Amino acid sequence: MSKRLFILLGLLVAISMLVAACGPRPEPYQCTDPIGCVKVAPGEPIHIAYALVVAGPDETLGIDSRNGIEVAIAMKGKLLGHDIKLTGEDEGCSAEGGQAAGTKLSADPTIVAVIGTSCSSAARVAMPLFSQAGFVVVSPSNTAPDLTEPGNPNNHPGYLRTSHNDKVQGAAAAKFAWETLGVKKAATIHDGSLYAQKLQEVFAEEFKKLGGTITSQEAVDPNATDFKSVLTSIAAGSPDFIYYPIFVKAGSLITRQAKEVPGLEKVYLMGADGMFSPDVPEGAGDAVVGLFLSSPDLAAFAAEYNSVFLPKYKELFGTDPISIFHAHAYDAAMMIFAAIEKVAVVQPDGTVYIPRQALRDAMYATKNFKGLTGNLSCTPTGDCADPKIAVYEFKTTSYPPERIWP
Amino acid sequence: MLRMWRQRVTLTDLVIWGLGILILVGVVWGSIQTLRLGKYTLAIWYDLIITGLALGGVYALIALGYTLVYGILRMINFAHSEIFMSGAFTATFAADALYQAGWWNSYPVLSLLIVLLVAATVSATIAFSVERIAYRPLRYAPRLVPLITAIGTSFFLQYTFRGLYGSGQKGYPDMDIFQGAIVFGDVRILKTQLVAIVGAVIMMVILFSIVQYTKIGKAMRSVSEDKETAALMGIDVDRIISTTFLLGGISAGVAGILFLILFPVAHFFMGFVPGLKAFTSAVLGGIGNVPGAFLGGVLLGLLESVGPSLFLDGLGIPAPYQLKDAIAFTILVFILIFRPTGILGERMAQTKL
Amino acid sequence: MQISAPSFSWKEAVRVGVLGGAIAILISLVGMVAAFGERYIVYGWFSMGQVLFLAPILFMVSLTLRREKASTSSKTVLHSLLAGAVGGVMLAVLVLLGQVINLRAVLVNASPRLYGMLTFNQGLPAGPFVLIAVTALLGAVAGAYHLLPPRWQRTLSQAVIWLILTGLMRDLIMNIVVRWRLVGELFKTVLFASSGLQPIGAIVLLLLIGGLVYWRSGQPAGRGFSLKNQPPTIRWASIAGIVLIFLTLPQILGVYFSEILDNVMMYILMGLGLNIVVGFAGLLDLGYVAFFAIGAYTMGVLTSPELRAEPLTYWQALPFALVISFISGLILGLPVLKLRGDYLAIVTLGFGEIVRLLVLSDWLRPWLGGTQGIQLIAQPRIGSMVLNTQEELYYLFLLGVGIILFIAIRLKDSRLGRAWMALREDEDVAMAMGINHVVVKLLAFATGAVFSGLAGTIFAAKLTSVYPHSMNFLVSINVLALLILGGMGSIPGAFVGALVLIGAPELLREFAEFRYLVYGALLVTMMVTRPEGLWPEERRRLELHEAEEELKGAEPVPAS
Repeated sequence: MSKRLFILLGLLVAISMLVAACGPRPEPYQCTDPIGCVKVAPGEPIHIAYALVVAGPDETLGIDSRNGIEVAIAMKGKLLGHDIKLTGEDEGCSAEGGQAAGTKLSADPTIVAVIGTSCSSAARVAMPLFSQAGFVVVSPSNTAPDLTEPGNPNNHPGYLRTSHNDKVQGAAAAKFAWETLGVKKAATIHDGSLYAQKLQEVFAEEFKKLGGTITSQEAVDPNATDFKSVLTSIAAGSPDFIYYPIFVKAGSLITRQAKEVPGLEKVYLMGADGMFSPDVPEGAGDAVVGLFLSSPDLAAFAAEYNSVFLPKYKELFGTDPISIFHAHAYDAAMMIFAAIEKVAVVQPDGTVYIPRQALRDAMYATKNFKGLTGNLSCTPTGDCADPKIAVYEFKTTSYPPERIWP
Repeated sequence: MLRMWRQRVTLTDLVIWGLGILILVGVVWGSIQTLRLGKYTLAIWYDLIITGLALGGVYALIALGYTLVYGILRMINFAHSEIFMSGAFTATFAADALYQAGWWNSYPVLSLLIVLLVAATVSATIAFSVERIAYRPLRYAPRLVPLITAIGTSFFLQYTFRGLYGSGQKGYPDMDIFQGAIVFGDVRILKTQLVAIVGAVIMMVILFSIVQYTKIGKAMRSVSEDKETAALMGIDVDRIISTTFLLGGISAGVAGILFLILFPVAHFFMGFVPGLKAFTSAVLGGIGNVPGAFLGGVLLGLLESVGPSLFLDGLGIPAPYQLKDAIAFTILVFILIFRPTGILGERMAQTKL
Repeated sequence: MQISAPSFSWKEAVRVGVLGGAIAILISLVGMVAAFGERYIVYGWFSMGQVLFLAPILFMVSLTLRREKASTSSKTVLHSLLAGAVGGVMLAVLVLLGQVINLRAVLVNASPRLYGMLTFNQGLPAGPFVLIAVTALLGAVAGAYHLLPPRWQRTLSQAVIWLILTGLMRDLIMNIVVRWRLVGELFKTVLFASSGLQPIGAIVLLLLIGGLVYWRSGQPAGRGFSLKNQPPTIRWASIAGIVLIFLTLPQILGVYFSEILDNVMMYILMGLGLNIVVGFAGLLDLGYVAFFAIGAYTMGVLTSPELRAEPLTYWQALPFALVISFISGLILGLPVLKLRGDYLAIVTLGFGEIVRLLVLSDWLRPWLGGTQGIQLIAQPRIGSMVLNTQEELYYLFLLGVGIILFIAIRLKDSRLGRAWMALREDEDVAMAMGINHVVVKLLAFATGAVFSGLAGTIFAAKLTSVYPHSMNFLVSINVLALLILGGMGSIPGAFVGALVLIGAPELLREFAEFRYLVYGALLVTMMVTRPEGLWPEERRRLELHEAEEELKGAEPVPAS
């Protein structure tokens, strides 16, 4: 083996010398960044990658986020005179998918930043790899608290997210239910996803702390269609409020079927940002009226979202947003672009150098970034979401719902 | 007497029966505990039963398609769930157009017929093409090979329709004539549920009559018994198989519409879970047997709806409905222990892999 | 499309054109064309998207020509041109229809971008004509290609196919070569652009491959190299070479390919296990993922500090995991002893679901982690070294595959192996011959379960975490599919099947969300063209061919 390698090596040295002799003179810029720089030659694009779930039963989540990134790229046009190239990997919403995507992407040194992952289980496995490769990673939809908990082994340098930590949102929902609606007994439903399970757990704890009773904590299969029996069994505990922070498909059917179950006609229904999508009124029909959803406070930015973002989305993809987190992904992309513009070193010939550590620092230093999901400011461990949570209510069957709290 | 008994019963049988009895004891114990707890009123039990029946009706409808194909080809048509999805998903767009045009509630019967026609046509076309492309070349291959092409077809169809119609979900408009409920004393049944149950019964009767009493049904049964002899008797085997797939496709299309009346949302993945359930129902009832598929579907629906509350709640198990499929499959094992070919399944000749 | 006309008539040309056009329309409307519009094969010249809608037309024409061995006349070219034009017209109709009606209300991918792609961005009046001209030309090319001598045909087709493949797999190739700096630079600057190939690189590649194929096809066909008829020294040297290659693969290929190899070997482990259950003993198991889950979760429960105050190490927990897998194999085996065929399939499927639901359930959450899974699972440690990268874990997988392979080969020809096969062929006769079917069946389930459990333990260690979502029905399906694709009951078949079904989809990763679509289509195509599998067991191949012989003699033939 060594002999052939030797010959090959010799040949390569000769060729490379030839190439070097004909090539341009050495660059004047010296990269001093501790974890290296990305060099983008003139005419080459700046490379952003996604690691989202874009195939399989959970794909609406990731495809919608990817669409958000593509809207951001289309709106941004050129970045420092370069095109923006988006490639990516399916992370399958699973740990093994996260590992495969993480391994593949982290082997590509041209990638500056990664937007992903969709699911927290994938993030836990992929993050060490991304972090090692020096990327900046911004997740539009990871909500597991441990990912940004200081000192937790699952918190890695380079990781940020524009989505809400479950702790923030679950607590806000409990407060809303107890104080504003004045309910005393609540039931929760989750769908076996990390997101929903954690969120309802936080809700239940907070609600009990406030003095409320939890009548039952049920779980359903996200791909099932019949939830009437679960709801009937929940009705036996006669709750005043049902919290189901799950996703669009099961969420819209539960909303509809709850109205058909005796004993639940008058019960308050509430979901979380996982259901903040036009597909919910599409699926739930008239039953959606009266549904509460917690979500980032979009009030200040609703105008821009409706007049600029949505038309562009529709133009590019032919549909309304199919899920949630497109706005989070859009913000993630825009934050990355802004940070790149801040730290990149542009040479006279158009070559761009992006120092990786400086980019990370710039990302963590983001303050008051005006995004679609609020005023984003990042904590040192990467929680960037605007901590203001609002509650929205569908007053009619049209999307978006109306903001009613606080 | 005792000696005969000893000769016929082996140790294995005893162990298996022991397992069955264990399941039975668990079920009974759980039920007693739940009933003693008294958390659920009688009205709630009625509701659960009605929900289960309606759900079972839908399972039964899809299961009929599985059973029909299985009866002829002795092959599990895994793509049937996608055939079901394709018709239902396409019909949603037709329904929406009718709704927008204002026909939906002014001419409900006509609208329903149009939508049924669309669903049945699409499903039947796809069923027919799938047989032509993926199954016919493999008619004499080992039995597991068509199973794999069926799975491949299933993926292909799912993601083709995802590409065509997008990965979001599409609402199916409510029809005014199906709104509201009928109440008999404590029992309250939604009209949509009634439609599903009645639809399933009608469909089963029609399919059963076709298979039992028509000429083509006779031909189908003879192909199912022995393809070679059937061919010698002048039956065009290829045509009969194609017809079977067409029939299966039509029943899948009709099932799709009834499904949408009950659960009015369509998306590309909608076939997977009901398909798996329908397959289970078909086996539970004795695969290949049309009334068996119906019975299996209804039983499965009931188990899923009533089972978790009845068997698990009393044992203090949290989130019992998460385990509804586990209950259904456990009962399936229990039934198959005592009736190895399903409830109505005849003693089949040995089927090899 | 079984047509047996003697020559390529114009009627048939229209039919072929319509079929090709229909496939092209389907591919366009599914969204693949637009999605790969900027995924260049040759940078700035043509993209994957264009290949996707032009290839079906080209392919249909040349397939028909080849199948019919049509007469070689100038008419062939003319009719091929017609077929191509018909395909083009169909696409053009789609484009024009899209201008009149808003197709997008139903078909989300009927976008202006797609129309732009289809008309080569030539705008409206000219665009459709350009499209028809291009497809007609391609049709004619296909016809002309048919007139070439075989040697030139082979040269041309192989060169073009390799060009497209290289362009498509740019990222993968760069992924390997980027680690060898100089070659990497060379590839990056001369051969590849930021997407696809450089035009110069493409021409060089085309000539290079074309030349090579032309030269090779000129050589007299040599006898294939077979280890068996070589002198012992060469034989041993080759074997040593192969072993050496296997040992150094991670170093050569880098971390990403090690990841792929790890996954392939994980499925080989499961494939060899399921091969015993389904291939040898003929018991259809659709819930094989259950044992994988049991292995992985046992490892998780015993070694994660989240669930145990004093976690075990990987090696300490391994025997427990294997024993528990073995016992669970027996537990599944018992109730299904009397079931046959599809009844067995559904019960095993149910077993898989039950296991998944139990590990997911809130009920067992305190012990099994529930939805949130188990993290911080121990990784194997040898001396002071922890195997934690994909490259290091590769060796663990390799060791596992080696041991399991040895066991599987030994079992196949053992007394037990023969009993399994007897059972598979005819259960009643086997019982009459004195085979204790209870013990034999249970052992099949249990052995299969142990193999799968082993795969599960390495899986858990590789990810350092397990989640119930990983334990889905798809895993069982994948394992079964790879077995049947490789050839039922064949041990090398399990290897080939895993490589094709698990390894190749990694190359399909380029297709991102279209991965499953392509996967499904490939599965159907491969099974229809090679129903006996890629590397069938000798006995099965004979059986199948006997059936085919019969089929030629008298039609129809009884189904077996």
